[in-house]
Amino acid sequence: MNILDIIGPIMIGPSSSHTAGAVRLGNMARIILGEAVQKATIGLHGSFAKTYRGHGTDVAIVAGLMGWPTHDSRIPSSFSYAKAAGLDFRFEIIDLGDAAHPNSAQLQLTGVKNEQVSVVGASIGGGRIMITGVDDFSIEFHGELMTLLIRHQDQPGAIAAVTNILYQQGVNIAKMEVFRTDKGASALMMLEIDQMIDDEVVDQIRSCPQINTVRKIVPLQ
Amino acid sequence: MAEKYSLQHWIQKAQDEHTSLYVIGLQHQIQAMEITAEDLLSKMLTALKVMEESIQTGLIGNRSKGGLVGGDALRIQNYFHSQPERSVAGPVLNRAITFALAVGEANACMGRIVAAPTAGASGVLPGVLFALAEAKGFSREELVPPLIVAGMIGMVIADRASLSGASGGCQAECGSAAAMAAGAIVSLLHGSPEQVGDAAAIAMKNMLGLVCDPVAGLVEVPCVKRNAGAAAQAIVAAEMALAGVKSVIPVDEVIDAMGAVGKCMHSSLKETAQGGLAASPTGLAWTAQLGQST
Ligand code: SF4
Repeated sequence: MNILDIIGPIMIGPSSSHTAGAVRLGNMARIILGEAVQKATIGLHGSFAKTYRGHGTDVAIVAGLMGWPTHDSRIPSSFSYAKAAGLDFRFEIIDLGDAAHPNSAQLQLTGVKNEQVSVVGASIGGGRIMITGVDDFSIEFHGELMTLLIRHQDQPGAIAAVTNILYQQGVNIAKMEVFRTDKGASALMMLEIDQMIDDEVVDQIRSCPQINTVRKIVPLQ
Repeated sequence: MAEKYSLQHWIQKAQDEHTSLYVIGLQHQIQAMEITAEDLLSKMLTALKVMEESIQTGLIGNRSKGGLVGGDALRIQNYFHSQPERSVAGPVLNRAITFALAVGEANACMGRIVAAPTAGASGVLPGVLFALAEAKGFSREELVPPLIVAGMIGMVIADRASLSGASGGCQAECGSAAAMAAGAIVSLLHGSPEQVGDAAAIAMKNMLGLVCDPVAGLVEVPCVKRNAGAAAQAIVAAEMALAGVKSVIPVDEVIDAMGAVGKCMHSSLKETAQGGLAASPTGLAWTAQLGQST
């Protein structure tokens, strides 16, 4: 904590969790998608579902999907900007279950180059967020470190191939988790790393035989 | 575990080094953040600029997103300008109330504010700082040192207790803002480091136990008017401290007590909109009308 956490942040009101955090959820979902958003179905859960109008959670998420920061004064009118930019969005009230954080949203996105992703995340207070799911995997990360989400075949060698490339680049892995749907099927690895890496390294990982897709998630701010 | 921040420790250090709390705070933060003093000061100036703009945004008098607040800052300003002889508060307090309401209303209307320490309590510091600037002719630059002192008080509270309504009730938001603002006023008027501590302690004591009970879960009622109340508490506490009145309970202990009270508070009174004013018949009626049942 430092003084800028106390005298700040500068933000569009009224709520750090329901407005600023919602912008950041939109920002993060867009980064995970990896391209500009063309179509978005936005599901609001819990307290988000109950109070979104009064807190501007809806305009905040759309502003986030446009890539705007939390202090952007256009946030209250993000809907008209989004429409002008050809972003097709709609909202629905959803129930992610009792275990989900009350300030959760699910963002199903299609990008301008047809990339698709479904992101579930929560605004956990003071504008901080946590991603709790990407596509059909339940994974948790804050997006405060550079993060790699890699879909691969659940086969020997896939993980070694990735860690080898990072090792050669002198990249330190802060956290690593591996998930799979079924043995031998499609799996996901998540790596949080201490350094920034170039797109070339991402391409190198992508070209490994067991690797299907790689998402590079740069930290917010 | 690292030792917790202590305002008393910083006050002692300032006394030992025959300097101000501002200088101690500035040194501490540029070291901790590894930035230059210039950088930090310019960030504080930016915050002050946004605070001043947010007062103007609120004074436009728009209605809020939820529709429960808006226009009251403008109402008080008009009242004061048209019938100054009827004002019971006098210029400093009247303007502090006006500006604090203005920022609270700007926040509720999705205006740009500085969350200091939070969005809900963002009106208190601008309220007192710009009221004093207007009354006594301080420049924006002269408001930087008091803002840093306010930040130090806020850091101590964040470390020892909490700044969030969800974990500590409104005493942690508006109460903390009042303590920060009280210390800032003393610093602005060149009171001693010890007086900063007394002002913060007295303000916090007078806000102890305040619950967080936002109607329909929105940062509108009672939040906006509480900013004006907290600004007034800050002025009351600073006036006492500047006159040499001491807090019997030392400031760190007051902050610890606030943290302990927050822990005892029932969850219905901590931002869940289940108790207090949120659960009053009118509060519930508004909740139903806004289609946001809890
Ligand atoms: S009542 Fe709750 S939401 Fe409103 S200002 Fe106080 S702490 Fe914040």
